[in-house]
Amino acid sequence: MGMVLVLAIFVGFEVISKVPSRLHTPLMSGSNAISGITLVGAVLASGSAESAMGIILGTSAVIFATINVVGGYMVTNRMLAMFRKKTDGGDT
Amino acid sequence: MTIHIIVNLAYLISAVLFIFGLKLLTSQTTAQKGNLLSATGMFLAVVVTLLSNEILDYRWLATGIIVGGIIGAFAARVVAMTQMPQMVALFNGFGGAASLLVGWTAYRTMVMFDLFTATTIFLAVLIGGVTFSGSLVAWGKLATYISGRPILFPGQTLLNGFLFIGVLVAGSLLLMNLPISYSMLIGVVVLSLVLGVMAVIPIGGADMPVVISLLNSYSGIAGCAAGLAISNNILIVAGALVGASGIILTNVMCKAMNRSLANVLFGGFGASGGTQTLQIEGEVKPISAEDTYFILEAASSVVIVPGYGMAVAQAQHAIHELEELLEKNGSDVRYAIHPVAGRMPGHMNVLLAEANVSYDKLVEMDDINRTIAGVDVCIVVGANDVVNPAARESAGSPIYGMPIINVDRAKTVIVLKRSMATGFAGIENNLFYKENTRMLFDDAKSSIEALVSEFKQK
Repeated sequence: MGMVLVLAIFVGFEVISKVPSRLHTPLMSGSNAISGITLVGAVLASGSAESAMGIILGTSAVIFATINVVGGYMVTNRMLAMFRKKTDGGDT
Repeated sequence: MTIHIIVNLAYLISAVLFIFGLKLLTSQTTAQKGNLLSATGMFLAVVVTLLSNEILDYRWLATGIIVGGIIGAFAARVVAMTQMPQMVALFNGFGGAASLLVGWTAYRTMVMFDLFTATTIFLAVLIGGVTFSGSLVAWGKLATYISGRPILFPGQTLLNGFLFIGVLVAGSLLLMNLPISYSMLIGVVVLSLVLGVMAVIPIGGADMPVVISLLNSYSGIAGCAAGLAISNNILIVAGALVGASGIILTNVMCKAMNRSLANVLFGGFGASGGTQTLQIEGEVKPISAEDTYFILEAASSVVIVPGYGMAVAQAQHAIHELEELLEKNGSDVRYAIHPVAGRMPGHMNVLLAEANVSYDKLVEMDDINRTIAGVDVCIVVGANDVVNPAARESAGSPIYGMPIINVDRAKTVIVLKRSMATGFAGIENNLFYKENTRMLFDDAKSSIEALVSEFKQK
């Protein structure tokens, strides 16, 4: 797991430092959506819960993470659609 | 066993999709595809998790996904582009909350105590909690539900110190696996939430780009810690990617303000900055929309410098209209974007993109500064500190040394501003008193619209 962690950090720095500043907002909301990956953990927590408390914790985790994932990707898509339509003009 | 292999293979594919998705974000022509790839990766990771045999009961799970999905989709659809910073802050916070809850659940279901797992649970809960409550405060400040001014009180640093020590003590007791350890976990939850609030209230509105970037990074790190706690590779990889991205953005923002991260976090900048009494020479020269029209009409090159005020006044569409009229009149029009203009990284770019401004007209600070002496007119729309020559001239100024757009070196500067009130930092802007500066007082949007109608009449 340690190796996975180190490699991921390295790749993250390599890739993201090349994102131009004009795309920093979509980068932020897009990477924010990726941080909703906790949904995977939340799904495991909610699906295996056996007590009332476990269900409350797990289900709230699922709700929070799903808002993060669905909202994050959709809003990023909306923003990027605006960035993109101007390139239809021809140049670049 | 085979299902285990399939799940891990799918996670690997997801991780690759996330990385490719981020890579495609380096150009605006491929960025949207990148986002779709990343979303596909997420979908795959969630679906295979749903199929894995660890899930016993789908009822609550389905409820959670449906409720969260509806809220998320609704919010993403209705949010205005000017409200984007608070939206991102809120989503960040939800990611943090999810990590906190996953960590908490992992502790409750831990069959055999082991120190490594317990440590990562502690980190997931702590960082997740700080991210959650800190983001809520940032959201409140950005949406102006609470004052954007730094909130400072005597003994604040001391109190924060105690809180931090409290968290460490509770954490250590948690890690000793004592009979009271579970209550200590609750203690960590509560203290981390308080810490998050305390960490963000002393930070002023204009420092929000740094704070959002940092909270973005935290939400990734919290996810990463939760991943270590439940030994799930995809959480570790995705969390680390987001953590790295947030740290890079934080660093870019700090550099653009010529301040260290520590100074932003603990400085309470803006609360104390207003005390300086520097002598400013010259006087303020107001101008009417009509006279501004005559200046613009004769200008062959115009640079528009937008700031947070443009977002507040929702002036981006009117500005685009003015830009088109100026071009029809034969002027060369460009936009100069300061890295920390607005309330989050890239804020101005999103607003101008919404108004259909072509991105090749957007110029970054360093490039515009090289050619600014040849510019006939600079129009400053709701920007203040990022164009204040005090950053270059007054060694005593709190913003001294910060890189700025040198609009004062253009032949004429038109500043659109509601009144002479100082910006968030309470610093007088030397620009307003310069020989070549004219002030067009009104709401930025009404001023621009007045200019547009002047152009249309004549």
